[in-house]
Amino acid sequence: MKHLRPINKKAKRIEEAVTQMEEAAAAPASDLEEDVVALQQQPRPHVPMGCSLSFSPGWEVDAGGGTAGLCQPVERDIYDCYVTCFWPVQVPDHVNYSPDWASNCATATKDWRNLDLVFP
Amino acid sequence: MTVMQAPAYRRGEYHGFEAAGSDFLYLVSAGAIFEIDEDVRAVLDRLDGSALTHAALLKGLIEDGRTAEDAEEIIVELRRARLIHLGHGDALAPAPEAPPADFPLQALVLNVTNQCNLACTYCYEFGADKIATPAGKPKYMALDTAKASVDLLIAEAVGRQAVHITFFGGETLMNFRLLRDVVDYANAATAAAGKAITYSLTTNATLLTPEIVTFLSDNRIGVTVSMDGPPDMQDRHRVFKNGKGSYAVIEPRLRTLIAHHRTRAITARVTLTEGNSDVIRIFRHLKDDLGFHEVGFAPVTTGETRAYSIDADGMDGVLAQFNQLAEEWLEYALRGEVHGFTNVSETISELIAGVNKSHPCGAGLGLMGVSPSGDLSPCHRFTDADTHVMGHVSSGIDREKQGAFLGKGHVGAKYECQSCWARPLCAGGCHHEAFVRYGDTGHANLHYCDWIRQWTDTCLRIYGVLAVRNPAFLERFAERKGLS
Repeated sequence: MKHLRPINKKAKRIEEAVTQMEEAAAAPASDLEEDVVALQQQPRPHVPMGCSLSFSPGWEVDAGGGTAGLCQPVERDIYDCYVTCFWPVQVPDHVNYSPDWASNCATATKDWRNLDLVFP
Repeated sequence: MTVMQAPAYRRGEYHGFEAAGSDFLYLVSAGAIFEIDEDVRAVLDRLDGSALTHAALLKGLIEDGRTAEDAEEIIVELRRARLIHLGHGDALAPAPEAPPADFPLQALVLNVTNQCNLACTYCYEFGADKIATPAGKPKYMALDTAKASVDLLIAEAVGRQAVHITFFGGETLMNFRLLRDVVDYANAATAAAGKAITYSLTTNATLLTPEIVTFLSDNRIGVTVSMDGPPDMQDRHRVFKNGKGSYAVIEPRLRTLIAHHRTRAITARVTLTEGNSDVIRIFRHLKDDLGFHEVGFAPVTTGETRAYSIDADGMDGVLAQFNQLAEEWLEYALRGEVHGFTNVSETISELIAGVNKSHPCGAGLGLMGVSPSGDLSPCHRFTDADTHVMGHVSSGIDREKQGAFLGKGHVGAKYECQSCWARPLCAGGCHHEAFVRYGDTGHANLHYCDWIRQWTDTCLRIYGVLAVRNPAFLERFAERKGLS
């Protein structure tokens, strides 16, 4: 570190961690083969336009980081919010009004087309 | 549905301070202290009250006359050290993790008796704010109970190389007979278990004899004397049951203790009360006239309305005098000498390590109190209080009660602490103080918040000056305190 001078033990441990990061960043790409750095390494993996990087309906982005290129409409992407998420977003209310909303969708990867829109 | 929004840099939580002409910051998420240069200052100033995208921050730094490469490097360094972070909202430092449920015991405070030959008016054990319920319980600890305590300590100190026993009361020396036997037993038991053991003792000094002093010195038992200062101050609250002051009785005994106990530092522990808060005069008397090695101060623990409790104005006066003594501590340290004002030394120890506490102290965690009957409690201040029993030396620690106590006491459970930069050191303050003042051990000691922040700031400045002008002192200090 050039701009921060650690003056207690905890600060020195932070310096050690930062030094490790600096060394990792400065190392040639071949040294990174064992490292899992998501999609940050160069060259980037090939991701076809229009495909999502993961199957988690409602939380997908396309390879460009946006939603325009997704292969399904975002309106249908709320399944994951409905099933797993605690956050109160605009999804069918599976406690009170739409308890059966996902009953035709046993496996999201196969049956997502069965998810219907809900108009309150 | 994903909304794309460029993430922006914000400052991490820190407390900035100046010392010896340099800028420093205390990083709240870690308890780390850094000296910073003007580049860091520039980034933090730009992020003061506003969030900037990487591009905007970079542009600003370049406009100040830095090369793009330098500017990028500064940002990356600060991001890696987590002084700034990239995100969509304020990222407060996460609360420290709770210690594991089987956190090993390190120390027991044995209340060898709940009886006392003094009747100090402010006593938390016998005074108006007492929480102890000693009726019908043993007044003196029996040897079997003490042995069971030692056994429990060894069994629960899994993985520790050393354990500690503090002898406490009441007046500890009213049960001196027990001490010899306990020390013999504990020395043998810990040796058999392959652990080291150290001892300390707190006393009002009225019952010290040359024989006792020899015993304490021979067994390397550290001694803390509870006393309030020169005669007029000592005799105001620290009185015998007939109202007579105790100074004249303890003075010759203290001189014997300090002259002949050569193996450990002898410490005085002063209770400050309304009208008895002339810190500097007390310090001079105890340090210079009597010869104590260390003198520490704490305001009396009371309900708000007691006549002897110190109000906010009184605490301001205490702080001013603390600051004056702290200056003196620093002058000594710059010359490489030991000053003896414990309140600074303790905080400096914690700053050297960079503690980030989940709990204000070790009570109920690595330390527990044992009452004369063998009941366990979070610490000696809760001894004999039925409401705070946490198991028994014969049956072990009551994990459920311990968990409830520690859950409440965790700094993350104290709402008011979440916006305070001093929380890595304070963690909400004394559980017992909280119980007496608010009826809840998990309540932050709100009546001391401003005071603690100002005192912590004073100690940080001292630390900063030493880091610049006499770093070797800090290294030696760490070694002496066993921190390195």
